[in-house]
Amino acid sequence: MEILGMILAGVLINNFVFMQYLGLCPFLGVSKGLDMATGMSGAVIFVMTVASTVTAALEQFILKPLELEYLRTIAYILVIASFVQLVEIFMKKTLPGLYQALGIYLPLITTNCAVLGAAMLNVTKSYGIALGTLNGFAGAVGWSLAIIIFAGIRERWKLMDIPATLDGFPLALISTGLMSLAFLGFSGLFGNLLK
Amino acid sequence: MNENKTFLGYDFVKGFIKENPTFALAVGMCPTLAVTTSLVNGFWMGVAVIFVLTFSNVFVSLLRKFIPDEIRIPVFIILIATPVVIVELVMKAYLPAMYDILGIFVPLIVVNCIIIHRAEAFAYRNRVLNSAMDALGSGMAFTLNLMVIGAIREFLGTGQIAFGSAVFPKAPLFEPAAVMLTPPGGFITLGVLMALLNIAVARVSKRKTTQSQSG
Repeated sequence: MEILGMILAGVLINNFVFMQYLGLCPFLGVSKGLDMATGMSGAVIFVMTVASTVTAALEQFILKPLELEYLRTIAYILVIASFVQLVEIFMKKTLPGLYQALGIYLPLITTNCAVLGAAMLNVTKSYGIALGTLNGFAGAVGWSLAIIIFAGIRERWKLMDIPATLDGFPLALISTGLMSLAFLGFSGLFGNLLK
Repeated sequence: MNENKTFLGYDFVKGFIKENPTFALAVGMCPTLAVTTSLVNGFWMGVAVIFVLTFSNVFVSLLRKFIPDEIRIPVFIILIATPVVIVELVMKAYLPAMYDILGIFVPLIVVNCIIIHRAEAFAYRNRVLNSAMDALGSGMAFTLNLMVIGAIREFLGTGQIAFGSAVFPKAPLFEPAAVMLTPPGGFITLGVLMALLNIAVARVSKRKTTQSQSG
């Protein structure tokens, strides 16, 4: 039950984009089409889940025993950066089409603050390796859900007559705001499940 | 290497308008929205970013001839992570309450797109003094943006604006809308601000074209 509650909380209640403001740059940047959004989501789910595991293990087996917690930020970002590099090499070999489409955004997962944010949240909430991984996975699924919904909305803009003043970022931010207002409605939900 | 020998003053000023981090480049969105629930939060976040940005820009610029092109991003990240750790430790020691409010967004400065953007787009190609001015300009513009957004949200959300012990106005003038302090309020505030800015820019450019036509 706790596991289910955690996944629901990560995806809906504490949604990274709408409730915690994490990973907004790629959210606004890569959401112009559904294909790209889906590709990016796959990359983010993989990177964020594995990065959560690795950083939690790093915390438990290296930083804590050696009392090096003050180096956490540097250690985490290095682990994440090397991981992204790995995914990039893997994608280039196996999925060249997707690699071309994602272009510059793939290396930018390094600077997707959701990945480091998930790792940091795991530490502040002192989840272990298992729960940390789960939390990272749930957060990534929530982020993907957000970007895929948003890409769907944005695709429809092409057919609409949008005032020049609102075109681009202003409209994107206002629609994100309205979506986040809807997600705010989840915040009372599953209260019993989470206890 | 293409070294731009522009005026130092221009490198400082361009961060405010032409290359404004929030409104022109739309980078660093996460902290822009996350910490702007009040003016003071925005201010301290901005100060932290100014320090990190100046430190990283100066060192990237100093080392630009030694950094191999292929691994420049990891090198930048290390050069950025160092001042972030300094800020984290200093803030924890001297401003513990603010550190708790800003939370994970202090360590997350390391992945703030503004900093890596300035390193990649400017400091890696320019001289040290120019890079320092560029960092100060962008950093101060970012701080100003955060303070403006923070002030608007704080005013609409609580009815007052507090800076230190000074509170203005003394009593809320209207029923505050608490939604402004929640994530939707942040997104909508920034969206509306950007739209207003678009209107202003359109007006100015229209005036310029009519002037050039008549003149």
